[in-house]
Amino acid sequence: MSYQSMEEIYKRCEEKGIEFWKAIQLEDAEERDVTEENSWNQMKKTWQAMIDSIESYDRDLMSASGLVGKDGGIMEDYLEKGDALCGKFVAKVIVNALKMGCNNACMKRIVAAPTAGACGVLPAVLVTYYYEYGIPEEKMIEAMYVAAGVGQIIANRAYLAGASGGCQAEIGSGSGMAAAAICHVKGGSHEQLGHACAMALKNLMGLVCDPVGGLVEVPCVKRNVGGAVNALAAADMALAGIVSQIPVDQVIDAMKEVGDRMDVSLKETGVGGVAGSPVGQEVVKRLFG
Amino acid sequence: MASIFDILGPVMVGPSSSHTAGAVRIGLVGRQLLGAQPVKATVYFHGSFAATGRGHGTDRALIAGLLGMQPDDLRIPHSFEVAKEEGMDFVIENRDLKGAHPNTAKIIMEAKGGKTLEIQAYSIGGGRIRVSKLDGLDVSFSGETNTLIIRNEDRPGCITHISTVLSLCQINIATMQVFRSKRGGVAVQVVEVDQVVPQSALEMLEKKDGILKVTFLNVSEKE
Repeated sequence: MSYQSMEEIYKRCEEKGIEFWKAIQLEDAEERDVTEENSWNQMKKTWQAMIDSIESYDRDLMSASGLVGKDGGIMEDYLEKGDALCGKFVAKVIVNALKMGCNNACMKRIVAAPTAGACGVLPAVLVTYYYEYGIPEEKMIEAMYVAAGVGQIIANRAYLAGASGGCQAEIGSGSGMAAAAICHVKGGSHEQLGHACAMALKNLMGLVCDPVGGLVEVPCVKRNVGGAVNALAAADMALAGIVSQIPVDQVIDAMKEVGDRMDVSLKETGVGGVAGSPVGQEVVKRLFG
Repeated sequence: MASIFDILGPVMVGPSSSHTAGAVRIGLVGRQLLGAQPVKATVYFHGSFAATGRGHGTDRALIAGLLGMQPDDLRIPHSFEVAKEEGMDFVIENRDLKGAHPNTAKIIMEAKGGKTLEIQAYSIGGGRIRVSKLDGLDVSFSGETNTLIIRNEDRPGCITHISTVLSLCQINIATMQVFRSKRGGVAVQVVEVDQVVPQSALEMLEKKDGILKVTFLNVSEKE
C-alpha cells in the first residue's frame, strides 16, 4: 500500500533514520516486488529520458495546429543577450520549460510528470540546475524519487488530471513536486521539502484547465514556465526557513475541494477560460471548421 | 494503485497521455488480440476522441499501435506513411457509440488469411486503457497482463474445462470474469493469467464442443 500522506512518510523517515527519497524508493521496491537497484535503474532511465527530451528540441518544428513550437527558440535567443529580468539561471529554466512544452505539442518524446501537459515543470527545474551547478547525477535521481513520492500523495488524496481537478492538478502538482525535489537537491530537510511543496501548491490553487480547442498547446506550454518558476520561489522560501502555516496534506485536501467545486467548463473541456475567449473560439473555427 | 513510474511516466510521444499514449495502447492491444498485423482496419472515434482526436494525433497514435509501435516510438507522427509502406489499409471515422466512455475507439480488423476481430476500448488517462467490448460482447480488462479470452455457448461445463486445461499446463489464474449476452446465448470468459498459455493448450480449448473462439493476449512476448 503506497503512502497516503506526507505525514506518514515523515514518520517512516524518523523511525528508520532515512531520507525522504529513500522512503519512496523502499516503498516502490516493496510495492512492485523488485530490488532497490532495479527501482534505481528505472528511475535513472526516466531521468535520462528527461535530459534527452530537452536536447531533442527543434526550434523549426511547429505543432500540427500551427499554434506553438517556436517559443523555446525565441526565449533562448533572448537569453543569449544576457539581459533577462529573471537572471541567467531562471531564464534558462524558462527556456527549458518552453522547450519541453513545445516538444510535447510537436509529438516528440517526453516524460509525463505527472502528465504530458505538465511535462516541462520538473525537467526545467532539475535538469537546468544539474547542468548549471554540476550536481552529481545520484543527487538528481534522489530528487526524482522525492518528486514521484509527492506526486503519489497528491494522486492518492486528490488528483493529477486536468479533466478531474483543473490545471492546479497538473501544473500545480508538477510545481509542488518540483519544489520539493529541488529543495532536496539543496539539502533541505523532509519538513522543508514539505513546506516547499505546500507553498507551490497554494500559489497555483484554483488554476483552471482551459485549453484552446482542447489541444495541449495554449495556454499549456507557457503554464509550464509558471509552474517551474513558482517551484523555485517556493523552494527558496522553504530553504530560507519560511514555513507553510497550513500543513502540506491539508493543502492537498484543499486543492481537491477546490477542484471538486470547479465548474466543468474549466476542466479540460475547451469551453471556459481562454478557450472560450473570442480569439480562442476563432482558432477553433479555423482548425475544426 | 498507481506506481511511482505512473507518476513520473510514461515516457511517451506527446501531446496527451489519454489521447495519444492511450490511443497507441488501444491499437497495440487490438493488434495483440488479433495475433497479427492487420491488413485492413476500420476505426471509429467517439466523444472526446472524435472532437479533439486529430489535434492530439489520436488518429496517428492508434494506427501506430496497430503497426506494433509502443507509446514512445518516434515514428508515431508518421504512422500513416508507415502503414502505407507496410500495406495496411485503414479508414478512420467519427461515430457516436451510444453510452461509451468519452475517450473510446472501436476497431474492426482483418488479418492476412481472413481472421477478423472487433474491439472497443477506452483510455482512462496516464496512458492506460480498458477494453470494453470484444466482437460486440461486453468485457473489461486492461491488456496489461496475459489475458485469455474465450467465447463459448452459455452452458454447463465450459468453465470447468477451461480451468482443467490451465491447471494441466501449470498456469495460475490471476482473475476471471464471465460475461454473457443472455441465458443460453453466447458467453465470454476473460481470464488473466500469470504465465503464457502455450499453443497446444489453446488448441485443446478450441477443440471442446461449445467453445466458439479462443484469443490469447500475450504481453510477455516483445515484438
